[in-house]
Amino acid sequence: MKKAFANAYIWILMLLLYAPILLILVFSFTEAKVLGSWTGFSANLYRNLLTGEAGEALNNAIYNTVLIALVAAAVSTILGTFAAIGIHNMRHGRVRQAITFTNNIPMINPDIITGISIFLLFVFLGIGRGLFCVICAHIAFCTPYVVLNVMPQLMKMNPNLYEAALDLGATPMQALRKVIIPELKSGMISGFILAITLSVDDFAVTLFTKGSGTVETLSTYIYADARKGGLTPELRPLFSIIFIVILVLLVFYNLKTAKQTGND
Amino acid sequence: MNNNDYIIQVEHVTKRFDGGKVVLNDVCLNIKRGEFVTLLGPSGCGKTTLLRIIAGFTKPTEGRILLSGKDISELPPYQRPVNTVFQRYALFPHLNVYDNVAFGLKLQKVSEAEIDTRVLTALRIVGMTEYEERNVNELSGGQQQRVAIARAIVNRPQVLLLDEPLSALDHKLRVDMQLELKQMHRDLGITFIFVTHDQEEALSMSDTIVVMNDSVVQQIGTPTDIYNEPANPFVADFIGESNILNGTMKRDYIVNFMDKDFQCVDKGFEADAPIDVVIRPEDVVLHKDPKDGQWTGRVTSCIFKGIHYEMLVQTPDGYEIQVQNYTAYPVDTEIGMSVAPENIHVMPCKSLFNTIEATVIDATHVFMLGASFETKLHSLPKGTHVKVAVDFDKVDMLDDPADGIAEGQIRNILYKGNHYFIDVKCSNGANIQADTNDVWEDWDMIGISIKPEDIRVIEG
Amino acid sequence: MMSKIIANRANWAWPYAIVLLVFVVMPLVMIVYYSFQDAEGQWSLHNFHKFFLSTDSVNTLIYSIGIAMITTILCILLGYPAAYFMSKKEYRLPKVMAALFILPMWINVLLRTLATVALFDFAHLPLGEGALIFGMVYNFLPFMVYPIYNTMLKMDGSLIEAAQDLGASPRKVFTEVFLPLSMPGVYSGIVMVFMPTISTFALAELLTMNNVKLFGTLIQENINAGLLGYGAALSLIVLILIGLTSFFDNEE
Repeated sequence: MKKAFANAYIWILMLLLYAPILLILVFSFTEAKVLGSWTGFSANLYRNLLTGEAGEALNNAIYNTVLIALVAAAVSTILGTFAAIGIHNMRHGRVRQAITFTNNIPMINPDIITGISIFLLFVFLGIGRGLFCVICAHIAFCTPYVVLNVMPQLMKMNPNLYEAALDLGATPMQALRKVIIPELKSGMISGFILAITLSVDDFAVTLFTKGSGTVETLSTYIYADARKGGLTPELRPLFSIIFIVILVLLVFYNLKTAKQTGND
Repeated sequence: MNNNDYIIQVEHVTKRFDGGKVVLNDVCLNIKRGEFVTLLGPSGCGKTTLLRIIAGFTKPTEGRILLSGKDISELPPYQRPVNTVFQRYALFPHLNVYDNVAFGLKLQKVSEAEIDTRVLTALRIVGMTEYEERNVNELSGGQQQRVAIARAIVNRPQVLLLDEPLSALDHKLRVDMQLELKQMHRDLGITFIFVTHDQEEALSMSDTIVVMNDSVVQQIGTPTDIYNEPANPFVADFIGESNILNGTMKRDYIVNFMDKDFQCVDKGFEADAPIDVVIRPEDVVLHKDPKDGQWTGRVTSCIFKGIHYEMLVQTPDGYEIQVQNYTAYPVDTEIGMSVAPENIHVMPCKSLFNTIEATVIDATHVFMLGASFETKLHSLPKGTHVKVAVDFDKVDMLDDPADGIAEGQIRNILYKGNHYFIDVKCSNGANIQADTNDVWEDWDMIGISIKPEDIRVIEG
Repeated sequence: MMSKIIANRANWAWPYAIVLLVFVVMPLVMIVYYSFQDAEGQWSLHNFHKFFLSTDSVNTLIYSIGIAMITTILCILLGYPAAYFMSKKEYRLPKVMAALFILPMWINVLLRTLATVALFDFAHLPLGEGALIFGMVYNFLPFMVYPIYNTMLKMDGSLIEAAQDLGASPRKVFTEVFLPLSMPGVYSGIVMVFMPTISTFALAELLTMNNVKLFGTLIQENINAGLLGYGAALSLIVLILIGLTSFFDNEE
């Protein structure tokens, strides 16, 4: 009885959580103007996505989104891995505390604050907003997650591995390349995937750092469009594609981390 | 002896960690080429740090390390011709057995063919042929240990360092591995430096044992030397079982302890010099008829230990003696005991009282052991550096550090037949010793209190 | 020299430390800096003055806090049982359920909000305050469930058994042991839900056809209008509120 109740509760919540998303997914395959009136199956909304009047702007947005995500995720992964190794080897003291505390700030701060604060910095420095500013901001809020993913790998790594490599004749750089990086690889990949997800997904930070120029990403494009007319039909396939991409990345990430913890 | 016979020379090495903690204090050690040397001591004695300094993972604060007469103190670990077997193996989890062993050779750019022969030879030496392709995580602890040894010896190091390599194995496997390591040492002909806290392991494997305690080398010698002629009560207590008793040297060949005179083989002490007497439990001869012994006692406990019985015997004047015998004497039996003169080990005792550095605060106070102690009235001017004497039995040890005048931590405990003799490290780093009847444990934090009349200012 | 610096692996954190300084610490300093500057670039309390004198702005803040509170409470009421059911083995819910439940957390506000809009469209319900609260709860529920679920999973099961062993009834076990032990998760959930709900702007805009303003909307409008000092001052108020709530989180 209790079990049935618990199951029912979870399933209802789950349904509520996913119903809207499924709704959009379903109705992205019809040309109906409003949701609810199915006018027959059609992939036209998808077809028109890239070739329609908004095609060029959308192409541009996709290009920007991918570019920003790849650059930010790559830089974050390298930066965050080195940072994690550094923090792990630091003595427990004020410096270490300060770095780990600051590392948490971008994860706690609401996006709008992160966006505005970096925007203000660029205004103060007199540097124009745009692609560079967006990428810097994305690196700033992605790297903490990389550090967070790599840290546990370091914790469970045998502390003598690095020394064993040196002992066998590896220079510190060789030890890093041949022993440390392979050990941290799964954490780094998880961090990289998460960074891409966060970057593709971000909206508020990009909005404040992109400036008024032409640097639109998928999410700012959707925002601009939704502001004008709510959930317009052409947004439905776009929504569906982004949702599927992020879903795939997240499932991949979760499988990866589940496998890691399963190995322990 | 020519210096070149030494492969490793440790010269006045001191290691102080960032917090100021001294883990090695002026350690000197010469290791002969081809020797099996064991660094033996309780945890925290500095033995692992010394090994890490030889390997190059830690830099000495002072002093230097010579390898075949050449100073290698500044050489990074990857340029030293020594290899280490780590306590927790430290095998690379992303590489299989073969690649783990080949790791060092690949870095040296040894040809593929030679790598192959050498890796297979090394694996054969450790008995791990057929395991080349295995994932190291699938191996048992003992197998991982073997791979770790193969990985180190394949590089043909001049010295093999082993950091408690057997401590994670179960007892039976450990004994097997001891024999195998000993055999490997003979076959390879290289120098082994082995770290352990297990005295049995050290006694059964080593050519030379270096006993360490409290950052200092206590004794260096062959296993028989160390067992039969311990240099001080600590070594006697740490290696094997022993009865340690206070005594005095009456004259040459006559020693007094337990208020009785005994024949011994030692001479050259001052008359009535205070000494420590060490008697191994297996050296106490038991007599069924109490009248046959040099002294008597009543058995208070008797435990079967597999080959022999271990008994505790209480003497009429309150000493407790540990004895071993092949025959069991039931509890409450009155027996006689005797000991042959050559089995009474006499070692000089540094002093009968503590000598402590102090500074005069005022006419009735001195500053020592990190606190201000009240003394009898004296006339020394403020700020004078003095030495203060306190008898061992006049040092009071208190459960709560806050109740004492000074604070300290118990570092070593010796049972001396009718009381405990305790080493205490005070919060300012100074050592003080105390006699007590109370039971304490190593690392207990205690308070130290001394009555004013028991503090003697002996040197102005 | 260089190789010695690299050899000490603690130094490997420095590049990131510099990035943190430039892109996290400095920007926060900028918020403080701009909030104390008036339009002429002089140090002043002008922006804070303006805020407290503007009934509209203060009301928006109070209204936002009110909405955030309602959202947070609803999230706890709905999320706590969900986390409980999912963390308990006896309910036999597949493990993947938990992952699916938490998954939407990673999908951005915009998409989730558009989904709510779609639902209201589909059901022919009007957008407005009701839609806003529904959308908020819909958006932030995973953020409440996740930390509570995590705390419950990590809870030492032997504590529950110990309570039973000492004679506690199931009800007592729950109120005296399980609930207090799960509270840290609830506090984290509150921090993760409360602040973002105050500072969100796109949500209110899309769910109420721009009829209801939240504090986030106010910040965004001012920044967009070029009133950087005032926007910064409003952001600083949010930061102070974050400081207060995370203090509340650490207390427990």
